[in-house]
Amino acid sequence: MSTDTTATVPTEAPAAEAPPAPPAKVVFDVQDLDVYYGAFRAVRDVSLQVHQHEITAFIGPSGCGKSTVLRCFDRMNDLIEGARVEGRILYHGVDLYDPRVDPVEVRKRIGMVFQKPNPFPKSIYDNIAFGPRLAGMKDDLDDRVEKALRQAALWDEVKDRLKKSAMGLSGGQQQRLCIARAIAVQPEVVLMDEPCSALDPIATARIEDLMQEIKSEYTILIVTHNMQQAARVSDRTAFFTTEVNPESDTRTGLLVEYDSTDKIFSAPSDERTENYVTGRFG
Amino acid sequence: MTDLSFDREAERLLLEATTSRSRRVKDRLASVWMVGSVVVAVVPLAIVVAYVVAKGASALSVDWFTKDLPAVTRKAGGGMGPAIVGTLLITAGAALMAIPLGVLGAVYLHEYGGRGRLAGLIRFMADVMTGVPSIVMGLFIYTVFTLRFGLMGFGGSLALACLMLPIIIRSTEEMLRLVPDELRQGSYALGNRQWRTVVTVVLPAAFGGIVSGVMLAIARAAGETAPLVFVIGAAARSLNTDLFSGNMTALSVQIFSNAQTPFAAAQTRAWGAALTLIAIVFLFTILARVVSARVARRHNA
Repeated sequence: MSTDTTATVPTEAPAAEAPPAPPAKVVFDVQDLDVYYGAFRAVRDVSLQVHQHEITAFIGPSGCGKSTVLRCFDRMNDLIEGARVEGRILYHGVDLYDPRVDPVEVRKRIGMVFQKPNPFPKSIYDNIAFGPRLAGMKDDLDDRVEKALRQAALWDEVKDRLKKSAMGLSGGQQQRLCIARAIAVQPEVVLMDEPCSALDPIATARIEDLMQEIKSEYTILIVTHNMQQAARVSDRTAFFTTEVNPESDTRTGLLVEYDSTDKIFSAPSDERTENYVTGRFG
Repeated sequence: MTDLSFDREAERLLLEATTSRSRRVKDRLASVWMVGSVVVAVVPLAIVVAYVVAKGASALSVDWFTKDLPAVTRKAGGGMGPAIVGTLLITAGAALMAIPLGVLGAVYLHEYGGRGRLAGLIRFMADVMTGVPSIVMGLFIYTVFTLRFGLMGFGGSLALACLMLPIIIRSTEEMLRLVPDELRQGSYALGNRQWRTVVTVVLPAAFGGIVSGVMLAIARAAGETAPLVFVIGAAARSLNTDLFSGNMTALSVQIFSNAQTPFAAAQTRAWGAALTLIAIVFLFTILARVVSARVARRHNA
């Protein structure tokens, strides 16, 4: 884990794998990432680059480790006993798993939205103000709260009940509240772990619109079960799958293919990807 | 072709719950059993309260709350002021020690210790401590504290705190267990440190339940007699508001000593003290309910 490797990290995407779009800045450079729970290897050999102001989707069947990989980007796996990472995730060239890196500082820059909406049992206002207060952003708190709620397309629905508890909102509103809470501290990256899986189609559409709205300011990584969702919202897609380890009868996830979303869904280069996106598997 | 003919068999199956005689009998029996259990549980409580009110209400007056204890217990007169103040002060002293220790202990057990060996040992010791007879706590404080520093109200506070501590630890830990892990994760994901997550998210979410557990402990402690009789000195007759010097007395001790005498006036005094003690605990319980309901409304309404 030396830091001199930072010099070798390209700040521009290498021309060889650049999509037709102009090359964007690389935010994350994942190099040969393996994730272990104790002795069990949950995910192996993930290498990919995440570009700024893009939406990157992780798709794949259940148990393929896409959520596990996502949780490496803000070091949430640290909270699971026995979880361990090999390989590197470079964030602007800095290895997130360098022993000197403080995971709390990582999480201040990289926000997360969970599968199940998890508003705090506090008022709507206090939920949004939670992050800014932590970060010591005491002035213009009202403006920050309003901006975050507007960005999350929730302001008009809650502006008259900011002091009311967030627990009284509907599921879709709660999830938008959680997005607003995550972006209120203006992180650079927002990680979303199946943010729509508990929502109805209308609420899902609103969240997808919202992602398009905010992507000019944030870099978004989204894990989704829903292939159509990945195809609709993302610029790049990573397809993960599982392989069975014959001797232990356990499953390890691996990255099969990572490319522009158009290519993944129209002309994938790997047969497993094609089988999955055409519905012949999973 | 759809066949809309009436199916007797389907009707019989669907309506069985309301038409079957044996089902109705079972349903009725179960209801009677449950209502009966509630009545059996509540009746003794109601009788105790009614009896104490009937016997003790005559002792209450303005003098009761303001005057010192009488020098001669066999005659009527005097008041219970020093004992009321003593109970309030000694219990408050115990609560001031036991609540922070107990809540912090529970936070350690659930948020930090987890399934570790030390946490397991503490949990086990707390369980054992819950089962220790209160008089043993009194003797313990008597030997380690009173023999060295003399009789004083603070000794009583220490003994009661020892009784309250395990109750608060275990009830608070149960309440922390009920706080969903998603809330902690949400807090960590915003870059909140663990201690701050506990202070800003976990404890507020568990507040109502923690208050209930604490009130249970206080109510239990306020009524205790055995741990107090050795360590605070029952001889105090006049008002002493200093926990750290001089004899003190408490309602529970007064109930005990007055009830033991053969004199009607003293026995009435014991009933009066019992009524006062019940009223104090009752008032504090209501107060705690109001406070925790208000906090809960702020968070969840």
